[in-house]
Amino acid sequence: MADIQLKDLVKSYGPTEVLHHIEGDIQDGEFIVIVGPSGCGKSTLLRMVAGLESVTSGEIAIGGTRVNELEPSQRDIAMVFQNYALYPHMTVRQNMAYGLKIRKLPKADIDRRVEEAAEILEIKQYLDRKPRQLSGGQRQRVAMGRAIVRDPQVFLFDEPLSNLDAKLRVQMRLEIRKLQQRLGVTSIYVTHDQVEAMTLGDRLMVLNGGYVEQFGTPIELYDRPASMFVAGFIGSPAMNFLPVTLDAGTASLPSGHQVSVASGHSGTATLGMRPEHLTADPDGPIAINVDMLEQLGANTLIHGRLDGTEHAITASVPGHAHDGIGNTRRFSIAPDLTHLFDTDTGKRLDS
Amino acid sequence: MLKRVHFPTSLLPYLLVAPQIAITLVFFIWPASQAMYQSFLIEDAFGLGTEFVWFENFEVLMTDSHYLDSFQRTAVFSVLVAALSMGFALILAGFAQRVVRGAMFYRTLLIWPYAIAPVLAGALWVFMFNPTLGIFPYFLEIIGITWNHYLSGNQAMLLVILAAAWKQVAYNFLFYLAAMQSIPNSVIEAAAIDGAGPARRFWTIVFPLISPTTFFLLVINMVYAFFETFGIIHAVTQGGPGTSTTILVYKVFNDGFVGLDLGGSAAQSVVLMALVIVMTVVQFRFVERKVAY
Repeated sequence: MADIQLKDLVKSYGPTEVLHHIEGDIQDGEFIVIVGPSGCGKSTLLRMVAGLESVTSGEIAIGGTRVNELEPSQRDIAMVFQNYALYPHMTVRQNMAYGLKIRKLPKADIDRRVEEAAEILEIKQYLDRKPRQLSGGQRQRVAMGRAIVRDPQVFLFDEPLSNLDAKLRVQMRLEIRKLQQRLGVTSIYVTHDQVEAMTLGDRLMVLNGGYVEQFGTPIELYDRPASMFVAGFIGSPAMNFLPVTLDAGTASLPSGHQVSVASGHSGTATLGMRPEHLTADPDGPIAINVDMLEQLGANTLIHGRLDGTEHAITASVPGHAHDGIGNTRRFSIAPDLTHLFDTDTGKRLDS
Repeated sequence: MLKRVHFPTSLLPYLLVAPQIAITLVFFIWPASQAMYQSFLIEDAFGLGTEFVWFENFEVLMTDSHYLDSFQRTAVFSVLVAALSMGFALILAGFAQRVVRGAMFYRTLLIWPYAIAPVLAGALWVFMFNPTLGIFPYFLEIIGITWNHYLSGNQAMLLVILAAAWKQVAYNFLFYLAAMQSIPNSVIEAAAIDGAGPARRFWTIVFPLISPTTFFLLVINMVYAFFETFGIIHAVTQGGPGTSTTILVYKVFNDGFVGLDLGGSAAQSVVLMALVIVMTVVQFRFVERKVAY
């Protein structure tokens, strides 16, 4: 068990810098999710912590020790890969015992630890099978088993659930979380799936184009996104953005209506409103020409355009709504649920 | 369901395979059956008298100590050629896999020897190891070894083994490199995280995973050493000194075209044919079944 520090971490391939001055303090036992669109550098960052990619500059420390120059095997980490990376010519038991044998543990000790891990992951009956005789979910468990038998200081997960079907993914997500809480091992988990990120992580590191956009708890990211990117990435359906002109606590929408906001800024800005925070209100300032309805059962998504403009806007209302296509519906929003961003930099404007 | 394609006339498919069948008939079936027929005959050196003797040629072979020696020599030769060229190719492939910059350049260089005709390859080695002119005997002299493969049977054997193995390295290298590249990188990385060093990763992960390729190459190399090394041996030692590098295929040529014992030579080539058929069957049986995992 250990904490992890990322200090001013930079990764370049030749002249191209792909990760820019990453900072991060990860507490002992924390579950950190690195999330971002594909190509944002999240896997590269994880592989740098694992020691599979070199560090161009900056420092990675695990448990207070600088590990930049250490081989992956010396960092006391375990990693679960997207394609599981099981050794195809070994049985499940041999797969799990491989790392322990290399560490020259006594045979009885190895057997006991493999049995224990297999018990936890409910793969005891498959111990003598080869990976190709297992289903995707079972292989996933073996890959996790191989990680936990080693009893490492840090778990690293590289999109471990993306090869599973939707139902299994939800189930394994819960199991990974339970397992991590039970073992209390510091974990870093990479994914592009924001639901996975929100549900798993104690804290989320949102990466975009090699920059850390925000590093905080899921609720912080949801309530106070630091940038338009985070605001749009976290939450589903995505946040609505409208260009507005600010003046003394009110924002003028492109449709000419006024929305009160909790901000003293003035000038142009981008107003962000989550679909679920728009409440139906016959006198509300936000008028939507309804184009389409999506019935989700518990709630209904109303897709349309801001009245008199081409700005797409989505609202989520509880319950069922059957009619209204072509009509104009009006909504309002509480000032403290609005978000304001600098239109040029995309950064949050704080009140 | 497989769709069956019907040609309007039944002639076209036969026409299309006719060239291949003609070549097989003229260059394989006909000479093979001739050899088979001839192996039952005893002819005098001038071709004046011919006698049909059934299996006498084979009986003579099985009791001929020269032939049995040659068999043994061939076994040693082919095992060493296969082991040497495969071992060396494996090491090269292991390194070539790790090279990032200029990989294509190295790979092209390593494949070159395969494009050289056996006789030319043999000629190269003859020059390099010529006892009076060659560069290698000169170096060996410095460390106190006298090299003369015209006199020493063991040195001659070593030379043809080296030449034959060298020529086959390129082929083995290609197959090993392809096999290694088909192993997912993450498996190797997982082993690295599990604590295995490069050597251990190679022996416990990479080597077992390329074992089907190793088996395939073993058969191919044995066949190569048995048959295709004729040109090299003819250019380098001509089976000598004495009979110290006369492997089976060279003995066929020597007894038939030099010794003019056509019946005996034909019987030897029939034995060789049987051997290669066995090897081919073994290969198809096992390679199709994917060895080891």
